[in-house]
Amino acid sequence: MVSELLGWVLRRLGRWVPWRDVLITALAFVLAFLVGAVLMIVSDPAVVGQYAYLFTAPQLPLGASWEKVSSAYAALVAGSVGGWVPLTETTAQAAPLICAGLGVGLAFRAGLFNIGAQGQAVVGAMAAAWVGFSWHLPPGIHLVVAVTFGMLAGAVWGGIAGVLKARAGAHEVIVTIMLNYIATGLLAFALTTTAFQRPGRADPISPVVDWNATMPRLEGSRLHLGFVLALAAAVLVWFLMERSVAGFTIKSVGLNPHAARTAGMSVSSSTVLAMLIAGALAGLAGVQAALGPNVSGTPTPLSGGLVGSIGFDAITVALLGRSRPLGTVLAGLLFGGLHAGGLAMQSQAQTSAELTTVLQALIVLFVAAPALVTTVVPFLKARRAPLTGTTPTGGLSS
Amino acid sequence: MTQSSASPPAGDVAGTDAGAGVLRLDRITKVFGSLVANDAVSLDLRPGEIHCLLGENGAGKSTLMNQLYGLLQPDGGEILLDGAPVRFANPRQAIDAGIGMVHQHFMLVDVFSVAENIVLGREPGRGGILDLRAARRLVREMSERYRLEVDPDARVEDLPIGVQQRVEILKALSNDARFLVFDEPTAVLTPQETDELIEVMRALRDEGRAIVFITHKLREVRAIADRITVIRRGRVVGEAAPSASESELAEMMVGRAVSLRVDKTPAQVAGARLEVEHLTVTSPDGVVVVDDVDLEVAGGEILCVAGVQGNGQSELAEALLGVVPASRGRIRLDGTDLSRATPRRRLRAGMGFVPEDRKHDGFVGSFTVAENMVLNHVDAFADRGLLRLGDIRSHAETLTEQFDVRTQSVETPVASLSGGNQQKVVLARELSRPLSLLIASQPTRGVDVGAIEFLHQRIVQERDKGTAVLIVSTELDEVSALADRIAVMYRGRVVGVVDADTSREVLGLMMAGVPHEEAVRSASVTTVAEEEQKLEAEVAEHVAELEGSGPAGPGLEGGGSGV
Repeated sequence: MVSELLGWVLRRLGRWVPWRDVLITALAFVLAFLVGAVLMIVSDPAVVGQYAYLFTAPQLPLGASWEKVSSAYAALVAGSVGGWVPLTETTAQAAPLICAGLGVGLAFRAGLFNIGAQGQAVVGAMAAAWVGFSWHLPPGIHLVVAVTFGMLAGAVWGGIAGVLKARAGAHEVIVTIMLNYIATGLLAFALTTTAFQRPGRADPISPVVDWNATMPRLEGSRLHLGFVLALAAAVLVWFLMERSVAGFTIKSVGLNPHAARTAGMSVSSSTVLAMLIAGALAGLAGVQAALGPNVSGTPTPLSGGLVGSIGFDAITVALLGRSRPLGTVLAGLLFGGLHAGGLAMQSQAQTSAELTTVLQALIVLFVAAPALVTTVVPFLKARRAPLTGTTPTGGLSS
Repeated sequence: MTQSSASPPAGDVAGTDAGAGVLRLDRITKVFGSLVANDAVSLDLRPGEIHCLLGENGAGKSTLMNQLYGLLQPDGGEILLDGAPVRFANPRQAIDAGIGMVHQHFMLVDVFSVAENIVLGREPGRGGILDLRAARRLVREMSERYRLEVDPDARVEDLPIGVQQRVEILKALSNDARFLVFDEPTAVLTPQETDELIEVMRALRDEGRAIVFITHKLREVRAIADRITVIRRGRVVGEAAPSASESELAEMMVGRAVSLRVDKTPAQVAGARLEVEHLTVTSPDGVVVVDDVDLEVAGGEILCVAGVQGNGQSELAEALLGVVPASRGRIRLDGTDLSRATPRRRLRAGMGFVPEDRKHDGFVGSFTVAENMVLNHVDAFADRGLLRLGDIRSHAETLTEQFDVRTQSVETPVASLSGGNQQKVVLARELSRPLSLLIASQPTRGVDVGAIEFLHQRIVQERDKGTAVLIVSTELDEVSALADRIAVMYRGRVVGVVDADTSREVLGLMMAGVPHEEAVRSASVTTVAEEEQKLEAEVAEHVAELEGSGPAGPGLEGGGSGV
């Protein structure tokens, strides 16, 4: 009885946790950090200089390299997970990435390559910020209204691509890229108009969002409502995809549009619906940028660079998370951590900010190309069968 | 003729002594992952003999032949030519050793002429200039010699399938093939074309070539085989003589007794349920693929649409469901006009649809068995847009049991099931809801003989419930097993609707566009019963001939693992 139960639990685990994928992802990190280490050594003239003594006094170059790499990675760890404040910094960085990543991932599963998360986030941020600074509503209500408007704006922006695809057959990649340009241009233009520009300022910046429309945060940390919203969004997306008829249809159309059509599903309405939801999620990412408190905990104004490259990072996050909600949350946290830790690396270990970007890219490169990992680590090849039951780290030591 | 560079010693193929000229596959083993496709299969190919390789889909016939042809390398065992072991690293080496293959899917360049296709790969000429005159002469000589009529200048894409196959045969012969492998050659042919092919194969045998005839159709085997080897699940299960009956052969092939005939009572026809008038479908490139079709299917009857692949049957079925738009015409189901309805509405109105290409249209491969079993009526398993997972699961459990779907669990992705089980999933889904019309295209394509029997029974049961059933099939065996009436299609038109007991000969003529009356006049037999008698007489003659000429033992030999 007990053993039966245990066996059942293990089988369930084996099915739900793709051990092989976990192992490959872990190895992708190791490989990325190794390559990153080499880059750090090579890019620092002081360390490279020590290599003249490689044969006479090998401890010098090796020691310098170790010093360089270990201090940088120590700063990365300290800045992302080394304590309460760094941890909350990670969540603050991760929240918009998770939201936009969910949107990109959902579109992926509907068979759509949504490059437009950036544009959807930008219009989301614009709408939310505008409601935030130009309307003055009671506490609570103001925030809800601002968030809703931001998500609606994102949904409209995504929906345009969906409708164009469904009705006119326009390819969503081209349409969403163009919508990105339009959104960025629109924001830049809006910040020069009286509706958006802060009175008395010549540079493109808006008034500060009302306190009532700013996401509340946990005092003394960077943890704010945005992260909670991101997690809630992940749960909702999971529920939608796994438990609802709409999700069932979206997945069917994404996996096999021919069979879906033969089964009486409407490919075009699924496309539109998926893009609306994806847009709303990316819009929520923009909302977070606009309504989230800044580092000092105060409300932020809208500016041209406020959204950063969230929408593009979201594509990577969705890819890394295999378009699944849980995977996206984890990937978002990872990227949030790298962002947070990257700042620390820069300030504490004098490593360039670009290097963290390189590290992120390397991780994604290795994760996205499992064949590359299995080639570099040959023993994985022999284990094509699922690694059910074995610990994922068991393979690392060998 | 050609100067084949590495021609094997036996230039004259009419070797009669036992050892020389024999190609032996000796305990060939081929493994794909955990699947043993060939398990120590041994086979002798002797000059002047037609050797039938009989087995179900997936039994390992094609895998075996692909190793012979150098497309795959055996994992164990060896190939012996004239007693000496040989290895074929690629088809070129196999061809040079005198092995020719007529593929199931022709390996011809559509836009090239017949002559160009035949010399493709070793073009005659000098200094890079193709000598087309020589090529044409070669084709003419060969088609005369083997009585395989083809025009050397015709473009391959303009030729009927049967003639394209002749080009394939000529191509193999032009390489001096002593061993000719025909991989399911009759799958694409009309009955008349099949008869012609059989004549050609006999002529080639009489010339002293060794012929391998791969098939799963029992009827053909008995008419022409000199020896029959039966393969099941990658193993040779025994040899049979052509005098063995169809049911004996089927039993060896499947491993248990199977009934080849569907038990069905005469149709209890109610009023017309499906009415189709002037249905016309134009393909996106402007070709009329379904041309002014009128059809009526009554409740309680099975109407089979017969025809050679690509004569508009698939499009007809798709237009009935509405996934392909009709440019003209009316479709009524139980009096309701559905001509402009979406597929969703038609499914709701009681249409069941089994698509021809199930992988493409029938299911979502990475979805589970349970999910696929509700794919087109998921609303019935949901409350206010939320799935009732428990119901979906128990629905699937009931259906997998009823339809004997072999799957680990209902949570297994459908893509990992065998073809036959995938088809069962699709059919189970359609038959699990109340239907007024069942449309099934090629309902048993790629399905094991054992499962065919079962699926046919279920279709007949559905008919007996009063459902109108429309079957599209290119297999005449299936058509005659299921049909109450047969509509024959040719180039998008219905040539005629005839009784179920119409002979293959008449059907075959109609499949080539001959109108019914004319076909009846020119055919030698017009009913199924007469045709059976004729076939038995032919087999008896063939067996008598074999017994008179050679030492082929009568009856079944072996039955276990006769390796």
